[in-house]
Amino acid sequence: MSAEATTAEAVKKVVKQPAEELFSKRRRKIVTDPLNDDNPISIQVLGICSALAVTVKMEPTLVMSISVVFVIVFSNLIISLIRNFIPTRVRIIVQLAVIATLVTLVSELLKAYSYDMYKILGAYVGLIITNCIVMGRLEAFAMANKPYDSVLDGLGSGFGYAWIILTVAFFRELLGSGSVFDFKVFEAIGWSSFPTNGLMVDSIGAFVILGILIWVQRTQNGYVEH
Amino acid sequence: MQQSNTYIIVFSAILTVIIGGLMSLTSVLLKPRQDQQVELDTKKKILGAVMDISSYTEPADILALYAERVESVVVDINGDPVEMDAKGNPMIAEKVNIQRNYKIEPAERLYPVFKFREDPAGEVTAYVLPMFGAGLWDWISCFIAIEGDLNTIKGIAFDHKGETPGLGARIASEEVQSRFVGKKLFEAGELVSVVMLKGEGNPGLSDHEVDGMSGATITAKGVNKMIENYMKLYEDFIEKQKESSNVAYNIQ
Repeated sequence: MSAEATTAEAVKKVVKQPAEELFSKRRRKIVTDPLNDDNPISIQVLGICSALAVTVKMEPTLVMSISVVFVIVFSNLIISLIRNFIPTRVRIIVQLAVIATLVTLVSELLKAYSYDMYKILGAYVGLIITNCIVMGRLEAFAMANKPYDSVLDGLGSGFGYAWIILTVAFFRELLGSGSVFDFKVFEAIGWSSFPTNGLMVDSIGAFVILGILIWVQRTQNGYVEH
Repeated sequence: MQQSNTYIIVFSAILTVIIGGLMSLTSVLLKPRQDQQVELDTKKKILGAVMDISSYTEPADILALYAERVESVVVDINGDPVEMDAKGNPMIAEKVNIQRNYKIEPAERLYPVFKFREDPAGEVTAYVLPMFGAGLWDWISCFIAIEGDLNTIKGIAFDHKGETPGLGARIASEEVQSRFVGKKLFEAGELVSVVMLKGEGNPGLSDHEVDGMSGATITAKGVNKMIENYMKLYEDFIEKQKESSNVAYNIQ
């Protein structure tokens, strides 16, 4: 009888245990880690290809960022929801299929509603499929975590990617084309003879900016490659 | 956990059906809108080659302007008009797929010509010719606008599928396109075409040379080849057009 009581108590205890807060410390960490200390681009050095390719101007970069955040968040969510049904032997293909579907969706929507952007980004939106960040998050996180946590993880990684490429794009457009979001900054402040830097328009410019960014970031947070 | 083969096959089949269904649904739902966008884009490019259309922002305005100013014809390799398509329907120049035509023999191709009039009732002020070719990664195309003298380039509008942003993709920028304006295609009646040079900032450009794009030499070569090829293909049409306008002048 006493044993029964203890079991009942134990059950009660389990039931009573409060649900984890919506933004508990652990969950906040899931979002904030990839923004800085575990940034997919500058620390894990993933997704460099698109970081170089689409960052000539701010506007396409912004569209690309939104697309990537959308794809990461939703593929994380979908994979996490069906993670217990996915056969382990074909999980990579399943992940790829989900990513490819979402990417195609983004690409079709761009084509229908923002044709000009579609023409600029066309090839690169398709390449989100091969963006290592997306698959990396699915395999490393969504396959083993609950949907809500996976969405947070997706947001974290997505924004971690976004702020880096937007920063790179800001400097590349500013120095390479003398503008920000196609607004001629230097002409606006009366310096119309500002010499634009052709190197910044080139992919090499992205390497330079990204290198400086990684240097500054690592000096600040003391990250050392092992 | 190791699943049975049957489970894996069934799972994959269901996944395929769901994803396939979703994709075809999206494609069907968005197709009309995408087609509209493509049509608008084509007309914008044709107009963009001859005039500044930045003040027309509404799609309906652009379509109205197009209907008022542009008259289109389709000609064959000899420069003779083609009125009917293979099925006997009237030919619509805007619907001629220049990319599909590119794949067949030059002699079999259809060549659309868009005649632009500054004054809707007046003389033709520009002939807009579509062209198609290969860039570095994928296809490139353009609408070239030639003035009434059938020699001077009035404007050009490039398009491309996948040239590198910031490098080859610059052919679609106003800055690069404006370099073609005023260049000549013929010299003493002979076709010379225009050539985009290697490198940027070349001094002393002749009437047949255009400053190049740094880091995009192969795209520029593709552009040169495309323009030269299609100018040869349109040459008969241009000669006939010149003759008929000369005749018209003589009568007057």
